[in-house]
Amino acid sequence: VSLWLLLAVNSVTLGGLLFLLSAGFSLIFGLMRIPNLTHGSFFMLGAYLATSLIAHGFGFWPAAIVAGIGVAVFGGIIERLVLRRLAGAELAQVLVTLGLSFMVADVCLMVWTGDPIRIATPPGLQGTTAMMGFGFPTYRLAISAIAIVVAVGLWLLLDRTRLGAMIRAGVDDPAMARVAGIRVSRLFTIVFCLGAALAGFAGVMGGPILSVYPGLDAEMLPLALVVVILGGSGSLVGSLVGSFIVGFLYNFGQAMFPEIAYVVLFLPMLIVLVVRPQGLFGRQPA
Amino acid sequence: VKRGTVAALAVALTALAAVPLWVPGTYYVNIASQILLYAIFALGVNVLAGYAGLVSLGHAGLFGIAAYTGAKILVAGGGHLATITVALGVSVVAAAVFAVLALRGTGLGFVMITVALGQIVWGIAYRWISLTNGDNGVSISGRPSPFGLSLAAPKSFYWATFVVFLLALLSMAVFVASPFGAALRGTRDQPRRMTALGYNVWMIRLVAFLFSGFWTGVAGLLYLYYNQFVSPQAVALTASAEALLMVISGGTGTLLGPVVGAGLVVVVKNVASAYIERWNFVLGAIFVLIVVFMPDGLVPGLARLARRSTVRWRPRAAAVAAPRGEAGR
Repeated sequence: VSLWLLLAVNSVTLGGLLFLLSAGFSLIFGLMRIPNLTHGSFFMLGAYLATSLIAHGFGFWPAAIVAGIGVAVFGGIIERLVLRRLAGAELAQVLVTLGLSFMVADVCLMVWTGDPIRIATPPGLQGTTAMMGFGFPTYRLAISAIAIVVAVGLWLLLDRTRLGAMIRAGVDDPAMARVAGIRVSRLFTIVFCLGAALAGFAGVMGGPILSVYPGLDAEMLPLALVVVILGGSGSLVGSLVGSFIVGFLYNFGQAMFPEIAYVVLFLPMLIVLVVRPQGLFGRQPA
Repeated sequence: VKRGTVAALAVALTALAAVPLWVPGTYYVNIASQILLYAIFALGVNVLAGYAGLVSLGHAGLFGIAAYTGAKILVAGGGHLATITVALGVSVVAAAVFAVLALRGTGLGFVMITVALGQIVWGIAYRWISLTNGDNGVSISGRPSPFGLSLAAPKSFYWATFVVFLLALLSMAVFVASPFGAALRGTRDQPRRMTALGYNVWMIRLVAFLFSGFWTGVAGLLYLYYNQFVSPQAVALTASAEALLMVISGGTGTLLGPVVGAGLVVVVKNVASAYIERWNFVLGAIFVLIVVFMPDGLVPGLARLARRSTVRWRPRAAAVAAPRGEAGR
């Protein structure tokens, strides 16, 4: 029984991480209409930046925040200098993000070498927490809590603030939003930076569990894709639900069919595509 | 077709046919074989990316399915004829599965689904170790000897590849000129109007996908016989991106663009990896530069530069731009 419980906790943890990663991906997709293929790279880059910061004496949390900001700046530069030039040519934008992801992966390999680097679990969150007679790894509980806080924060941002209203307007009808005086191109930059920051931060959070290694980007990107295909693009609830579905499938799949766990992961995506191509919570047909 | 074009093409093909006679050494013959087999792959990708307006980033999956199927049958002791037949059959069936799923979306939805499908195949190649031997890949021994001619030597393998390449090119030329090719281009540019005219857009795209998948499978088998080895590397997202880069750099939706692009990418890759280890960085950089500065590819791009002296500059049409307007989301 405790094995299943542990698996469930791990699933929730992975789901939380995936939510941090895919919420930004989904927002970018919803607003800018491009699947940002550098999103996995943002995740990896954030984690690598944090390892260097920690090696230079930063604490875990400051390192996580600085790495998130660093990745956000990097994302902002990409959006401003490259994607902006290709405004309107969505396919070209996607191909550019793909090219950039190869460049980032190679630079990371050059700077941080090919050896996996593990980020130490922050002090205070090591060990286990006893709940209902079981010992749960404290850090994993903390990740779930952070994911919930971020989810609530994003919801408040999107649902309760002026900026959020503008973003929602941009997602629904960019042309109309422009006519109404909203500077949609500025929203693009903000959302892209926000998505990049969340992905970078997620990378740091994942560090103590997954560690950082070359290829992490290519491993995380399909997960974000699956979450968004499952949940529907531009939908916050969709990415939350999608993340947890993927989190559970991955961990239980790994335990039950270790060899084909990675494939099991994609099954619900295929089913959703056949039955409901716009995703579980998507509105317009994809 | 102009007479000059025909003559130029004839000269180019003769030069290609004679490659093993004029290049210095086996190394270059092998590079030429690689160029031709990747050109077949790129031609296959171009059917979708160029003529159907559907950009696939999962074609390395189909390429790999053909290669792995062939390898498994050969290792199990199958003959070459059976291997080739079954592997091509399997890759066409796989293409049908890919198509049915990916055609649930158009435009960027299609791109996203093909990425995911390609990654599934990669996941099987990399993680399902009892089936695919994981990272270590599958080795085969020996190339086939059609009509008693052994293909073991680099030169004879080159000529065999060249014959297959000619067939692929010919089939593309016929395909493009056919009414079906015209209908396919119609579904790329005006899917709604095509539907209104009574064409079954979905079916046309499906058939194009199968045609594309078939040649991709052929390229995958050639790759297997060329390397006598296949590993998850052949199935990675990078491989799909390389194939797409060949198409885009040469010129999407042109007959010869993918061939030029394949030559460019294979040569740059071999030159780059001889001097620096950073092929992926170079690949990414070329990708970004071409998409940003020469979105219609090298062949049309250079042709445009050549015309520029006589014709007044017109704003370039972004050939790689997603089908817009009616093609919609």
